[in-house]
Amino acid sequence: MQRCSLATLSSACTGQWADGRLWAHDAAVALGDLSTGSALSVPLDELRGRTVLVRTEDQLSAALALIETDGIARRLVLCPPDLVVAHLPYVVTTAAVDIVITDRGRDDLDWLPGVRVVTCARTIHRAAVDRAPQHETEWILFTSGTTGLPKMVVHTLATLTGAIAPAGGLAGSVSWATFYDVRRYGGLQILLRAVLGGGSLVLSDPNEAAAAFLARAREHHVSHITGTPSHWRRALMSSAARAVSPAYARLSGEIADQTVLDQMRSSYPHAKVAHAFASTEAGVAFEVTDDLAGFPVGFIGPNESGVHLAVEDDTLRVRSSRTALHYLGNQGEALLDANGFVDTGDVVEQRGDRYYFVGRRGGIINVGGLKIHPEEVEAVINRHPGVRMSLVSARKNPITGSVVTAEVVLAPDSEQMTDTAVVAMTKDAILERCRATLPTHKVPASIRIVDSLPVGPSGKVARRNG
Amino acid sequence: MSEGMIRTTIITHFEQVAAEQNHKLAALTDDRPLMESGLDSLAFAIVVARLEDSLGVDPFNASTTGDFPVTFGDFVQMYEKMQPNTAPNAAM
Repeated sequence: MQRCSLATLSSACTGQWADGRLWAHDAAVALGDLSTGSALSVPLDELRGRTVLVRTEDQLSAALALIETDGIARRLVLCPPDLVVAHLPYVVTTAAVDIVITDRGRDDLDWLPGVRVVTCARTIHRAAVDRAPQHETEWILFTSGTTGLPKMVVHTLATLTGAIAPAGGLAGSVSWATFYDVRRYGGLQILLRAVLGGGSLVLSDPNEAAAAFLARAREHHVSHITGTPSHWRRALMSSAARAVSPAYARLSGEIADQTVLDQMRSSYPHAKVAHAFASTEAGVAFEVTDDLAGFPVGFIGPNESGVHLAVEDDTLRVRSSRTALHYLGNQGEALLDANGFVDTGDVVEQRGDRYYFVGRRGGIINVGGLKIHPEEVEAVINRHPGVRMSLVSARKNPITGSVVTAEVVLAPDSEQMTDTAVVAMTKDAILERCRATLPTHKVPASIRIVDSLPVGPSGKVARRNG
Repeated sequence: MSEGMIRTTIITHFEQVAAEQNHKLAALTDDRPLMESGLDSLAFAIVVARLEDSLGVDPFNASTTGDFPVTFGDFVQMYEKMQPNTAPNAAM
């Protein structure tokens, strides 16, 4: 990969002491050192034209492996951290992998037949390297949140970086931080922007508390921070959220409801707050910067940045030079329709002059034949001032098949959660709000107050159905 | 929990859901057909969900007989049978 001389990458180096306490320190690498060195255990020439699977424990070594092998390898397969080991043989066969890059030790994956294991460090050692690109490398990414066999999606550096305008119109070298993992589409976007734009990037670590991550971001004078609405809801629960004052704060990967946008605005009064639509298959489609949920109806149709949005059967369709090319394997399932559009599976609804995201087509709860998107109920619950976040799901029921149930995390500054009377009152108030706004079948049959909600490795709330 | 308390809990939930959804509840006598209790199927579904929360049992799910209760009395009995201390074989 060319033009990466200015970027610095840093991540937390975390581990555990013998007594169980976690330690963390900041590890940083200057990508300019790659012009006279390498992080790989073998000469780069040995990877030319090969199909390379990158499977690392650490984001920093994955980032180095990607930067080094783009243009060199024929195909790069980027494993997300939660890829199930049992699926590796399927991945290796489907993508025809012949080299595995790991940071865990040479014997980590030598049980896989027919692959050679190469290691990648988190540091760059001096080495003579010839980085002349030879291939338009295929980048294979995995879609998030699927069950069963993983879905592999084919991109190129061109589709991953195609016509990206400076984020939020803020040009110049920027300092990024992201809650996303760079081994998934969302995080990879940020990594590539930072590397190609000559900026720096502060990576998060799953073992690190949001407060510690934001403290590192502050030390690095980060100007641009990105994450999912779930990441942000958690971060805003911490007083450390106010320690940073980004110029640009972006949410994507889940529906950004008005409540979280308002919370972002009040936490970061001087920032450009944007919510963006992007997915592994559809690429980056658009961002919205008017502090309002949803997007203007005028976004539909072709636009000057080369993105064409359409709504068909109530779901958003995207055609652009940033969409993925096709699936790898997957029984010949088509990624693009006959007109070149990706069906995002995200259901939208027009109200006035805006479209609003109402949920995933596959995530519908069926209550006695009536359909409900969990996200529309969550948006109502989240409007209660005492609520930080919520998860609505189907609960099996002998009468209607399912009823709606909600789990709710209260805001830290709301009333004492230990006081059962107060909790009961809050539950009643939330239900009252739902009854006032939603038809009866969408009102939760039960509400459970919980300390936290499961957020998956992709940074999205882990939904049990859909 | 005694049988009387189970009945009281059930009646409380019927009344509460009826009030929430503006349904007029009929007198809950044992021979009252559930279809005529005044609750529609959604309200009834919610009662069953909340009873599972307060009594810790879902007799519909556990039911081996498969008979759907017809009257309010059948319904109450179904929950009473689920209680370990009142089940017929509890003494064995």
